[in-house]
Amino acid sequence: MIVIRGARVLRAAGVDEATVVIEGDSVRSVGESPLVNGVRVIDAAGAWLGPGLVDLHAHFRDPGQTWKEDLDSGARAAAAGGYTAVLTMPNTDPPVDGRASATAAMARAKAVGIIELVVAGSLTKGRAGVEMADFDAMYDAGVRVFTDDGDAVPQAGLLRAIMAYLTDLAGAVIAEHAEDRSLAGTGHMHEGKVAARLGVEGLPGLAEDVIVARDLAVAAETGARVHIQHVSTATSVDLIRSARERGVVVTAEVTPHHLALDESALEDLDPNLKMYPPLRSSEDRIALVDGLREGVLDAVATDHAPHTPAEKAVPFEEAPRGVIGLETAAAVVMTWALGSDQAAFFDRMSIAPAGIAGLERHGNAVEPGSPANLTLFDPSRRWVPGTFASKSENSPFTGVELTGRVLATIYEGSVSYEEGL
Amino acid sequence: MSGLLTLRGMSRTSLEGLLDRAQSFVGATLSEPGHHIGATVATVFFEPSTRTRLSFEKAAHNLGCHVMSLSPEHSSTTKGESLKDTILTLTAMGTDLLVIRHWLADAADLAAGWSGRPVVNAGIGRREHPTQTLIDALTLRQRFGRLDGLRMAVVGDIRNSRVARGHLAGLPTLGVELTLVGPTPFLPVVDPWGVRKATDLDDELGDQDVIYLLRIQRERGAVLPSEAGYARRFGMNRERLSMLKPGAVVMHPGPINRGLEIDDFAADSERSLILDQVANGVPVRMAVLSAGLEVPE
Repeated sequence: MIVIRGARVLRAAGVDEATVVIEGDSVRSVGESPLVNGVRVIDAAGAWLGPGLVDLHAHFRDPGQTWKEDLDSGARAAAAGGYTAVLTMPNTDPPVDGRASATAAMARAKAVGIIELVVAGSLTKGRAGVEMADFDAMYDAGVRVFTDDGDAVPQAGLLRAIMAYLTDLAGAVIAEHAEDRSLAGTGHMHEGKVAARLGVEGLPGLAEDVIVARDLAVAAETGARVHIQHVSTATSVDLIRSARERGVVVTAEVTPHHLALDESALEDLDPNLKMYPPLRSSEDRIALVDGLREGVLDAVATDHAPHTPAEKAVPFEEAPRGVIGLETAAAVVMTWALGSDQAAFFDRMSIAPAGIAGLERHGNAVEPGSPANLTLFDPSRRWVPGTFASKSENSPFTGVELTGRVLATIYEGSVSYEEGL
Repeated sequence: MSGLLTLRGMSRTSLEGLLDRAQSFVGATLSEPGHHIGATVATVFFEPSTRTRLSFEKAAHNLGCHVMSLSPEHSSTTKGESLKDTILTLTAMGTDLLVIRHWLADAADLAAGWSGRPVVNAGIGRREHPTQTLIDALTLRQRFGRLDGLRMAVVGDIRNSRVARGHLAGLPTLGVELTLVGPTPFLPVVDPWGVRKATDLDDELGDQDVIYLLRIQRERGAVLPSEAGYARRFGMNRERLSMLKPGAVVMHPGPINRGLEIDDFAADSERSLILDQVANGVPVRMAVLSAGLEVPE
């Protein structure tokens, strides 16, 4: 039994200061509670308590590149960031694209223990963008989110066939890495002021916009559920808003780094700031923050993409793409996007992403009987990220003072992470 | 002074100081006593070069330096690791200053960090070619007696040009007013400089003191529907020379594609400063090398 006292608790009717008692894998009571002897009591005055965070977009590199991350280190990084559930992308080696790979990945994910790990499946065989993957087999194995993350489906005809097929599978979601190859070219950073001045090959926002527009049109026709991954441009936000107004079933995510940083951070060509989609203009960043506040962007997703220090210690244009994000996301989102709005924080970080991925034991208001998947977060604690539970260190926030710190993560009734309690 | 990575952020005083120093080296030869006898300069060119490399090496000889010359494979598939190994090797051999040309935008900065030695940028990616900009500034100062208020149209493949980016980084500080001229796909998509741009060269000819022509860099991805069309719109020729105002000049950093961005008549005319630019290569690089080799107080 765990008792959490004094926290501001996200309940079904709103935020309320209450004592929460956890027993077994669920919440026993929320309200005034007499102190019971012999149980763990966490004094959490001023901290936020809400449903455990849910990440729709992480790369745990397992199998294939476990020197960067593996299921255990990834899960520990997630727990340290307040996450109780993570959806991993299928671009492992081999990729998750059929019965054998999906069954194996789901079985290994279940064994992890300190978070609920679920895997996404590929949209096309071998992620090659040519033939549909075996959706029925992966669906039977429990896969609900399908994506070729890293690449968009290249041809509209194939995308239309995929979307039409997946409308028959209840709860299936098509998640798109919206980036047109021919427009992205060999770009290394946003095609904006910094790329122009440094003469570095740019990757225009247009590469995202045309795929988002195409996908929304195909989703409108097929009625498929489409989820736009790591939205990075103001135009995409507008496209998603207007499509939703027309009844298209679309959801969208944004990363912490796109909420906090823009292209101006790239003047020194730091490889730890290289990721795709790239950091965009300051106007784009502001539109993303507004879009998240407004709810046009439903969820924050980290796109946690580990690479070792040695892999990143190369010239910018040769550095691998991606940054880690699980351990800093909560603080970054509070500091740069949502501020003191606790209800919005848990909605975008937990409730909305859990709904998109169909994770019933996550994203629930803290009420008697709710699953005890919880995050305790101190919104005023200041700290500077330096070391990570992840195997990798490629964070854009190393050495940057952040406000807001995860104090404890509770997964199925057990403390999976705690910091200075 | 610690080498020369960029002109960006350099004050007018320091730029003019370098030009004054370069002017003092004009006409200098090997017979004159070197200022840095015994220092070792390494030239490391990961991209092809003729005049830039030769003039750096001549400049180093004139200063009394030893020169180590390296041309690693010119293949763009060579990874940056070979840059690091090369830099560390040269540093361990006792190099006092490195001159670097590379296609990667951070190559010179990384080399400076790895070696702890002064590094001179001899043309980095599309980013900057600062000694070319200093050469052009010196050439213009010799011709016009001033730089302040001179109007220069930089014409052609701006998007791929490190020469243009060097000019944008340094010439406005010296008072030169730049206009970028070319077909829209050759102009920057986004303009961080707030510089004037034009797509009709003929409209500019009567207003400019300098027409600065750039080579079209197919190797960096420049695409044109036709060469003849480009030459008609932007090629410098006899007719366009006649449209220039009195005293106006034509420049080109080389190598020239005769008949494309400039024809024989214009390249060899009295208005052409192309050979003056080449001649100023050695004194400018002597100035940059000698400033880089000075032991800081």
